[in-house]
Amino acid sequence: MGKPKVGIFGFTGCGGCQLEILNLEDQLLDLVSAVDIVHFTEAVTEHSDTYEIALVEGAVTTNHGVERIKKISSIAKVIVAVGACACTGGLNCLKNLYGLEKAKELVYGDRKDWIDSIEVKPIDSYVKVDYYARGCPPNRFEIVDIIKALIIGKKPEIPNYPVCVECKRNGNTCVYELGMTCLGPIARAGCNSRCPNNGEGCVACRGVIDEPNVNAQKDLLAEYGLTVDDILRQFNLYNACEGKRIEQGNKL
Amino acid sequence: MANTFSINEKTISRVEGHGDLVLDVKNRKIEKLMFRIPESPRFFEAMLVGRKYDEPSHITSRICGICSVAHTCASIKATEKALDIIPSEQTIKLRKLIFHHECVQSNALHVYFLAAPDFFGVGSVFPLVKTHPEVVNIALRVKKMANDMVRIIGGRAVHPIRTVVGGFTKLPTTEEMKMMREMLKASYSDLEASREVFKTLELPDFERETEYLSISSPVEYAMYDGNIKSTDGWEIDDQDYYTKINEKVVQHSTGKHCWSSRDSYLVGALARFNNNYQQLSDNAKRYAEELNLKAPCYNPFMNNIAQFVEIVHSVDDSIRLIDEMIETGLDKDKAIADIKVRAGRGIGVVEAPRGLLIHDYTYDKEGRITKANLVIPTNQNYANIEKDMEAMMPVIIDKSEDEIKLACEMLIRAYDPCISCSTHFLNLKLVNK
Repeated sequence: MGKPKVGIFGFTGCGGCQLEILNLEDQLLDLVSAVDIVHFTEAVTEHSDTYEIALVEGAVTTNHGVERIKKISSIAKVIVAVGACACTGGLNCLKNLYGLEKAKELVYGDRKDWIDSIEVKPIDSYVKVDYYARGCPPNRFEIVDIIKALIIGKKPEIPNYPVCVECKRNGNTCVYELGMTCLGPIARAGCNSRCPNNGEGCVACRGVIDEPNVNAQKDLLAEYGLTVDDILRQFNLYNACEGKRIEQGNKL
Repeated sequence: MANTFSINEKTISRVEGHGDLVLDVKNRKIEKLMFRIPESPRFFEAMLVGRKYDEPSHITSRICGICSVAHTCASIKATEKALDIIPSEQTIKLRKLIFHHECVQSNALHVYFLAAPDFFGVGSVFPLVKTHPEVVNIALRVKKMANDMVRIIGGRAVHPIRTVVGGFTKLPTTEEMKMMREMLKASYSDLEASREVFKTLELPDFERETEYLSISSPVEYAMYDGNIKSTDGWEIDDQDYYTKINEKVVQHSTGKHCWSSRDSYLVGALARFNNNYQQLSDNAKRYAEELNLKAPCYNPFMNNIAQFVEIVHSVDDSIRLIDEMIETGLDKDKAIADIKVRAGRGIGVVEAPRGLLIHDYTYDKEGRITKANLVIPTNQNYANIEKDMEAMMPVIIDKSEDEIKLACEMLIRAYDPCISCSTHFLNLKLVNK
């Protein structure tokens, strides 16, 4: 691909994914010399509408956002969804669970009609996404790996095995043993099991693997006297938008 | 010469989020001036309803990637107050330490990466890699030091994992404590070199006195805990914030506007500096003096310098905190306090890097949130930014439109608005009427 032109775009989210790119620190200067960053609102004033790779952060939550993501998709050859909000809708989907109109009224009262807000959806609901750098926040080294692979024309490798694999490899005590709940058996790895490493259960911020072993999750829950309902709240934190899809596929 | 012009800037760059500036000037008089936030709001106050007490700190951390520790701590404090949970002294010290370094990281990002390019006349930090490599390398080192501190204490630089209601899920080891101390010590040479660079920058000479609000404490330069204090002469308990701070929905912005004693007020590093200068470390005071920053300071552009002075203070105070903790040792038994669920209301107030941050939760007896209110620093500054711009306009009206545009952008950037907190960036297009 040579020295590709890259645009970094933010939709509705916390800006943390763009920050993780700036947080590359040791690799940041190498990255900006390997690609031509032509659009990065968080860090750069100049911008251009010619780019081959679009890194997109955030979920689509407004009518204006729908137009923007479609325009980006019409220009970019490759779209990489970066972070949970772009990949699954992320935490923003809790708004859908609460109810859009109810949420508008609660926060903005009788001024709610001033607000442009639609049901939260991940960006692949509107445009074709080529690669996903998942997680909240995403793993910044994975973002670099994806860009590197694109430069040399390789397919980036994104893990499609559960967090439990990484967690075992790290020698952690299972967090169920510590009295917590965890989505490790079905959650997509690639984070190096960072929450269990730090004494917290996994919330599947990287979404669920393609063919989750739901029975393994159920067995684990049963072993500790729990049910799917007991982890649904945890699951919904990052996967409320995916819930319907998974339910329809009878995966949970 | 610009007697009549209109600025409609969409997506002002190098601020955290999205926002627009609309400015119409006719015959040298401002007809319309709006700093607006057109991005979709996030509805966190709705998302929180029904969530269990151990979830809000993780959820609200996602309000802002840059100040996730501040949101986490404000959230935890609100919950602990509501549920009457008393964290250990060790926990408070560790929270203060991680808090310092989010502030260092955020202030460094703003001062070096987002604001400094204006003073070197370029559009981003990247051209500086060639022209001022020493500055860029210092910036990267300071930021990395702070991020590494947050990684060690919180388990991750953005959205910390270990910081939970009651305390910490995991503690740093003694070796890590010693390593952090070394990292801090090593940063002084970079801070000194930065000071020499900042001395040479020419900041716009513009002053407008306003009301400055921050937390304040008799024992320290308040970041994690304190009363709410105003330069207009009042001080209140943080649980009473709503008696002084008012919010309203305005049509041009999804971020609510705030006011207190007057029609606008300022929060952030400059407000903290003006209220709490006396509590800065002696070293930080020396830096302030050398950079010509004196309390009270009414020049909003000096917010950049106040942020830098705070970095110095945070490094000094962190070494003090670490020395105390190395002396006593970290005790696993004090890592997490006992938690008993009950109904109640609690308010958590901290200084996020961008200023006063308030989380206000009400819990039912099952420990689920029934009502939440969040007061975000950037929202509090909107009205003040507009007032500053109105006051600055006569001073810059005879400049070219490009210069006017840049001055407005620089002013907005000086406030370091974290618009993702409420939403997202500014866009600017200049049209002659």
